[in-house]
Amino acid sequence: MTETVTEPPRPALPFIRYGDDGKPHVEARRCSNCQAVVTSNPYACPSCGKRNTLVPFVASNKGVLHSYSIVFRSFPGVQTPFISAIVDVEGGVTLKGVLRGVEARPEAIKFGMPVKVVFDDALGRKDRQGHSYISYFFEPA
Amino acid sequence: MGDVYIVGIDMLKFSKSAGVPPEVLGAEAAINAMDEAGVTIKDIGTLYAGSAFTGGIAQRLQKQIGQTGIPSASVSNACATGATAFREAMFSVKAGMTNIALAVGCEVMPRGLLGGAGEPEGITTEGLTGSATMPAVFAEAGQEHAAKYGTTFAQFAKVSVKNHHHSTLNPKAIYQVETPLEQVMGAEMIAYPNTKLMCSVNVDGAAAAVVMSEEEVRRRGLMDRAVKVRASALASDAFQTRNPTMHDVNLATQMAANWAYEQGGLGPNDIDLIELHDCFATAELLHYENLGICGPGEAGRMIDDGETAIGGRIPVNLSGGLLSKGHPIAATGIANLYELSCHLRGKAGARQVPNARFGLAHVVGLGTVSAVHILEKVS
Repeated sequence: MTETVTEPPRPALPFIRYGDDGKPHVEARRCSNCQAVVTSNPYACPSCGKRNTLVPFVASNKGVLHSYSIVFRSFPGVQTPFISAIVDVEGGVTLKGVLRGVEARPEAIKFGMPVKVVFDDALGRKDRQGHSYISYFFEPA
Repeated sequence: MGDVYIVGIDMLKFSKSAGVPPEVLGAEAAINAMDEAGVTIKDIGTLYAGSAFTGGIAQRLQKQIGQTGIPSASVSNACATGATAFREAMFSVKAGMTNIALAVGCEVMPRGLLGGAGEPEGITTEGLTGSATMPAVFAEAGQEHAAKYGTTFAQFAKVSVKNHHHSTLNPKAIYQVETPLEQVMGAEMIAYPNTKLMCSVNVDGAAAAVVMSEEEVRRRGLMDRAVKVRASALASDAFQTRNPTMHDVNLATQMAANWAYEQGGLGPNDIDLIELHDCFATAELLHYENLGICGPGEAGRMIDDGETAIGGRIPVNLSGGLLSKGHPIAATGIANLYELSCHLRGKAGARQVPNARFGLAHVVGLGTVSAVHILEKVS
């Protein structure tokens, strides 16, 4: 007999976490010594080198577009075009992701435009075991 | 520590190697460099060889050019691999380990787009969390400049027009073809604003240099072909909030350049020509500012005014650069030094910078690491 377990989609990146309420968020860390912010979980703060100073916090879902590229040529199987975006999130976190809900042409994309961070299924991608994944996307705010 | 001189240096014409392994390419360049220096493998005291994609390259190379048992090391340091191998060879001479050292950079490249590999476990993130392909990463770096200073697609494209023009004068570049602005801007868009003609050429190649202590150069009477290493600096990426989410090629370059200027007792105005890391057209403009040859936000105007073209105030990438000479990763750092050496020896042919005294070579690899060398003509 096999037991069916309903498992939430797995995070596409290690810093995507589920909160106690079951909702996904980006987990960042801020150094209590130098205030540097990272999305990794290193042995020591990469900015000041102090150990045990990186305190996790839930990143904001609001940000602004810092830079982007419209990608037309990618790896086989990856649908193009898409907008690869760098977003500065409130509170000092920088995220890289896909900006959607905007036409993929430079005239439609404004530097500094406000965006929100939304979570959604990872474009239908599944791993070899058939697990579903969740990731974040950027949308105009 | 005394000065170190390049006395033999060569690069092979960059091309697709058609099955020739990297150590064979490296061996040919090494033999040419040793011949020019008038030495054999028996004179070489240390060997530093670089390859970004092939492990154990120094020892593979020794099986081609002579297994003399000397200290040898295989170097891998992203796009700074060749420059790092050169630096290590230089330091072994400076430290008095040997009077003669050999540095080699050789590469047979994987084909296709670089970067953006999938996760070992889980799913591929390319196209999901942005793009990790090199054209996109460097497009984003260029667009940051565009956001700040209004730099345009056309200004970035002009870098490719210039460097392709330069390589029509360099028989060792893979391409000798003019590419007018309309052609560059109208080429297949890879990652806006980088079109296909604004991406460096994926080729194989090798370059090698023999370096000697001043005493050894004099003893052998080689000052007629010597080029002095005036400064050598290597910087890695100091912490910044956006890095590595957004790779930063600016800070490490600025740090390496500043250290090199300080070490050499020189400033950007003393430099007669530059070979810099134009892996993508968007990158070249950033480095005008990073290397201090113009002020912040002035790079767009500089390319518009032709200041970095042949005959301009400070010619950049006369070899054709990575965009048109080609970019076999580990060979690039030493190939840059080869180009500078040609000019400083007055042997650069149709692209010669008249009376060139100081040349600056720059590479930067993601992760990040940047090397800057300043070479000086021996008068």
